[in-house]
Amino acid sequence: MRTISILLSAALLTVPAAADEQPVALKKAPGLDKVEANCSACHSLDYIQMNSPFPTAAVWDAAVTKMIKAFGAPIDDADAAVIKDYLKQNYGN
Amino acid sequence: MPTLNRRHFLSGSAAAGATLALPAPPTAHAAQPDLSPALPQGVRTSAVLDALPGKKPLIKLSYRPPNYETPIEYFREAITPNDAFFVRYHLADIPRIDAATWKLSIGGDGANGQAELTLQDLKAMPAVEVVAVNQCSGNRRGLFQPHVPGVEWGYGAMGCARWKGARLKDLLDRVGLKKDTVEIVFDGADGPVVDKTPDFVKSIPTWKALEETTLVAYEMNGQALPHFHGYPARLVVPGWTGTYWMKHLVSIRASTKPEASFWMSAAYRIPLGKFPLVTRFTSQDTAANTPITEMVVNSLITSHSDGAEIKAGSALSGIAWDGGYGIRSVEVSSDGGKSWVAATLGADLGRYAFRTWSLPLAEKGRQTVMARASNVIGGTQTAELISNPAGYHHNVMHSLSLTVI
Repeated sequence: MRTISILLSAALLTVPAAADEQPVALKKAPGLDKVEANCSACHSLDYIQMNSPFPTAAVWDAAVTKMIKAFGAPIDDADAAVIKDYLKQNYGN
Repeated sequence: MPTLNRRHFLSGSAAAGATLALPAPPTAHAAQPDLSPALPQGVRTSAVLDALPGKKPLIKLSYRPPNYETPIEYFREAITPNDAFFVRYHLADIPRIDAATWKLSIGGDGANGQAELTLQDLKAMPAVEVVAVNQCSGNRRGLFQPHVPGVEWGYGAMGCARWKGARLKDLLDRVGLKKDTVEIVFDGADGPVVDKTPDFVKSIPTWKALEETTLVAYEMNGQALPHFHGYPARLVVPGWTGTYWMKHLVSIRASTKPEASFWMSAAYRIPLGKFPLVTRFTSQDTAANTPITEMVVNSLITSHSDGAEIKAGSALSGIAWDGGYGIRSVEVSSDGGKSWVAATLGADLGRYAFRTWSLPLAEKGRQTVMARASNVIGGTQTAELISNPAGYHHNVMHSLSLTVI
């Protein structure tokens, strides 16, 4: 029911919604900055760890597209391409 | 139920302490849960035991939105304690609700009128109790081979509680339904972070809404509904998977059209004709798929973990459940499924509840034990996974390797 702005939600990076949310450290590799800046606005990054390393390249492409098309994530095409590459390289099979 | 009361007393005091400071783990590995090797490797390295405020340490799959699974040892009794009950949210904006200002609206184009209820109004209505299993549609998704994307649950995205509340049909009587109402639609106070994300809205067919045991519940195991379980009121849909059990309920809408939200039209769907299910949600059918409805017959061995030793003559035990027809039998095989022996069923808490079972193991040696439940309408579990894209309805027989000494 309630919605808050994407700008406000960026604060969740440092002030987690749950009192005991721990920072999730993903693999340090090119593109991680885009993953952190975009994906973690709406969900913690353990969603990525949890769904690995089984996804094929097509499955990661579909996952990012779903976040944009079905869930309305405001990610531009350039960032989406970087995020897809990062996921395939670091959390794919 | 003295056991239940004692548990609640203990858990209440433990929870109060947990919110102040967590005690140091007794061993370096205390924060690592016992996870099935069949889960994706990423889960096995990222999942930790973690306590949400007011909860026991559960298996954390995701922090935000919180998705926390119940460790198997809590399923050794038919009732799952509130503070060990699994937590599942789709969207991360989860308000703390003030019961004094909370209101539940009832209306819609299929209703003759409108109503707004306070929590006091709800509690003043005739109260009903039902013991019922709430199981996530995707429970055991992480065990799918090949793996499918989603929250990678092991065995514990489920629990059984005694729910108390008002009948949904009594609430709908307040406004009256038109003859052409096809679905009742529910919305909760939780929502998305980004306003373009579809709000979590779900519907059930009118016939299911009017069943005597479909409740708007405000108590869980004798306590006010805890925050993470939908305070101050949630829908209870016995027999059907947890996706319909809307938490933090704020809106009930009678509709003359099938609900078209993302969470009905695209999510929580199973292929047509693949599962042996009775209850259907036909107003939502497409040529290819249909909404998930009742739970499939299932069971779990809870007394031992894989690789354990067990003394000859001591009992293997667990729980069984189904979509609300009632468990007729649980059988155990000690030879990998060649022969089966009937287990003794425990107390019957009603057809929607976990049914405990046990069977002493006699033959010594290393063996593969399996459990297989059957229900009163002839349904049973599958030996081979029924694949489906979203990873629902996993009821492959649970199997463990044990050494009887």
